[in-house]
Amino acid sequence: MLDILKNPWPWYVAGPLIGLTVPVLLIIGNKAFGISSSLRHICAACIPANIPFFKYEWKKEIWNLFFVGGILLGGFLAMSLLANPNPVEIHPNLASELSTYGITNFESMVPVDVFNWSTLLTLKGFIIMVFGGFLIGFGTRYAGGCTSGHAIMGLSTLQWPSLIATCCFMVGGIIMANWILPVILSL
Amino acid sequence: MQDIKTENRLNDGIETAEEFEVRSLDAMCINESHLTHKWYHNLKYMVVGIAFGIVFIKAEIISWFRIQEMFRFQSFHMFGVIGSAVMVGVISVLLIKKMNIKTIYGEVIEFHPKQFNKGQIYGGLLFGFGWAITGACPGPLFALVGSGATVIAVTLLSAIAGTWTYGYMREKLPH
Repeated sequence: MLDILKNPWPWYVAGPLIGLTVPVLLIIGNKAFGISSSLRHICAACIPANIPFFKYEWKKEIWNLFFVGGILLGGFLAMSLLANPNPVEIHPNLASELSTYGITNFESMVPVDVFNWSTLLTLKGFIIMVFGGFLIGFGTRYAGGCTSGHAIMGLSTLQWPSLIATCCFMVGGIIMANWILPVILSL
Repeated sequence: MQDIKTENRLNDGIETAEEFEVRSLDAMCINESHLTHKWYHNLKYMVVGIAFGIVFIKAEIISWFRIQEMFRFQSFHMFGVIGSAVMVGVISVLLIKKMNIKTIYGEVIEFHPKQFNKGQIYGGLLFGFGWAITGACPGPLFALVGSGATVIAVTLLSAIAGTWTYGYMREKLPH
């Protein structure tokens, strides 16, 4: 049993569990599933700087910060109790492409050849870790939501603006992964 | 004068329509319980978050490699995860509406329609870029930090800085 839990979970188990978050949050407190808004609440709580966009009563949204705090804890628990003993299996084409950029370590969730403290101050590391993060925060708020808020909650409630946003997430990702990221990784 | 007024309104705990509008701008979570609860009621959201974080790790949704495979169409995994999550979400919301299911506190469950604006296109594309570079969306950033990838804390802080910058220049951006 523990072995089954430790191995990577298939999509048909994980997807429905994630989908169930939508009704669970609605039923336990009338909350709409969304994660990127937590970043806005952190801004409103810590550095509102008199910006109208951050002048609202963030304490009303504190449930969202408990929720993302839980995600962080869940990440810790899964890694300490249910860690997969095997390296991440990846598609052979991806593996051979990545090896041309010097990424050969597939043992972690993120490629440690790129994501580590010492590469942070190289141009490549800075673009990937710092600029990439900036785009996530800027883009999700500009779009009004992320994968959870638009792709899952928005599509679950059949909202067409969310469908547009989700398509743009995918188009942006496809362009970046296939044509721009290879250049960044070659730096 | 303006500031003092706002302050007073915030302090009396009653939200005006105008405040609700500002708070709901682009926010995903304007649904709220109209009942007042003690702080520890929020712990139930933490429990849901923990379960969610575990699924993130165990289904490798937070794996940079899985995201690269998705955007290169090399694996069905992520499409399966998102697709089946949406299916379950659609059915759940339909059931909630059809059967008029209430919250555990007996309140009617509310849905707030989203308005279209061009931000969903521009912001969507920018977020797509960030998603593919870092291999993470906001949820996985939190789970990755928890899982011990400590350097991702920098990415998370940078995402907060990105959100702040958006708030700072939002009036100048096309919407």
